[in-house]
Amino acid sequence: MTLIFGVFLLILLVIVALAIVRSEDLFAAVMLSGIFSLLMAVNFFLLDAADVALTEAAVGAGVATVLFLGALALTGKEEARHTVSPGGRWLALGVSFATASLLFYASLENPHIGDGSAPVHQHVAPWYLANTLPLIDIPNVVTAVLGSFRGFDTLGEVFVVFTAGIGVMSILGVRHSLVELSGAELDARQRSLRHHLIPRIVGRGMVPLIMLFALYVQFHGEYSPGGGFQAGAIAAAAIILYSLLEGDDRGRELLPEWLLRLMVAGGALLYGGVGLACVLLGGNFLDYSVLATVPSAGQHLGLLLIELGVGITVTGVLISVFHAFARRASR
Amino acid sequence: MASVIDMISFALLAAGGFCVFVGGVGVLRLPDLYTRMHAASITDTAGPLLVLAGLALQAGWSLALFKLAVILVFLAVTAPTAAYALGNAALVSGYRPAVVSDESGATDSEGEGHA
Amino acid sequence: MIFYPVLFALIATMALALARALLGPSLYDRVLAVNMFGTKTVLFLAVTAFMLGRPDFLDLALAYAAINFIGVLAVLQFFQSREIRQRYERQGR
Repeated sequence: MTLIFGVFLLILLVIVALAIVRSEDLFAAVMLSGIFSLLMAVNFFLLDAADVALTEAAVGAGVATVLFLGALALTGKEEARHTVSPGGRWLALGVSFATASLLFYASLENPHIGDGSAPVHQHVAPWYLANTLPLIDIPNVVTAVLGSFRGFDTLGEVFVVFTAGIGVMSILGVRHSLVELSGAELDARQRSLRHHLIPRIVGRGMVPLIMLFALYVQFHGEYSPGGGFQAGAIAAAAIILYSLLEGDDRGRELLPEWLLRLMVAGGALLYGGVGLACVLLGGNFLDYSVLATVPSAGQHLGLLLIELGVGITVTGVLISVFHAFARRASR
Repeated sequence: MASVIDMISFALLAAGGFCVFVGGVGVLRLPDLYTRMHAASITDTAGPLLVLAGLALQAGWSLALFKLAVILVFLAVTAPTAAYALGNAALVSGYRPAVVSDESGATDSEGEGHA
Repeated sequence: MIFYPVLFALIATMALALARALLGPSLYDRVLAVNMFGTKTVLFLAVTAFMLGRPDFLDLALAYAAINFIGVLAVLQFFQSREIRQRYERQGR
């Protein structure tokens, strides 16, 4: 039965994807991509991938729409018209068709969903499942794989996020000052949603609750779905909500630029620093067992620290990107 | 005993599903944005209330019950806020309600539709 | 199973909201459809969490319930700042 729901939702997903590609109205495309993200989260959830679904939820629900709209404020509303020669069109169609045929052909060989004899269930997965409790001593296998068994990959991911943040900041300009605006206009723009009473009061109540939820996701990630990436996105959503309601200037007073830059770099450094500390204490890079006298306690400490590093970097990058867009839009 | 709770839970869930579905039909069929918002906002309050109440009976006294209550409070608080923001955005941008223009009850075309 | 009717209703409503998002016609209709889709997703996730026997996974629905409305507030701010900009451009001319 779950399979039927999953297939139906996947069909909706294909429809949304086609509509996004076909739509020339960029605002409509942004809204449809919101639906796309919701559908993806439900599909991940139906496939039992709660951690991934939570990431999709945290990024797609709050942050992505806000960032897309920030980008849209800098560009036009309509997609630029491309004139493609007929030959180019046939070439593109041919390439797409050939790729799709190859993918279909490859998918014929795929094992069924949940097939126990599939290669992925024969290789390392049983080892992870069998050794998470004895070696790491936490119930959430995903966190164990992500943070400890494959900690090096996650370090790479954190630096990908870090690099992306630096890229956006260097393109949109960190040090742009506000261009001279007439006093009333500047006032009207900076006031933002401050004069909307209902969102402001509701937001005041919600910001601390969202922050609390982010902390729960951060520090409970070893026992339930969650971890640094999800918590970072949720915390960033809380700060972005505050900045939307109270104005970008007050958002920057709350978390000034130097602090954000410290967060972006500091989180990644914390992760790498934990790895170096492991080396200095005589273990391998990111082998947390040496951090405490009991190996599993060391693993707990290491996971806590690296997840914290991930969360800090993700929060810092997302808020910095948001501010970069908002500041550019208000020029 | 358990079956009675299951039956009440089933009734609540089914009623919630009905509410939600009616809202979906309303959003698709009603003539302009403001009437559609009317359909969406009422059922977005009643639907979650019934569905989450049905789930709460299934949860019993547990952490899940607390989480359901928090979800309900969040939805009950944020849905009207979102509706306010949307209605305000539409009104500020000059989107006017569709009005009945003759006896046949036909409406003019979808507000101004600009912006 | 007691969860099937509500799940079918939710999925059907998701399809209806999606139809509204695709049809438009105005931008606000699309925003309304996305917001409604979000609420239905919260409910769908909550019900499936119970159906799959994993009430722990309610965190997911909780995340959506908490932060889904931020997008609509961003839409309000987007239109508002565009209105202000257009008004000043008209005055400037």
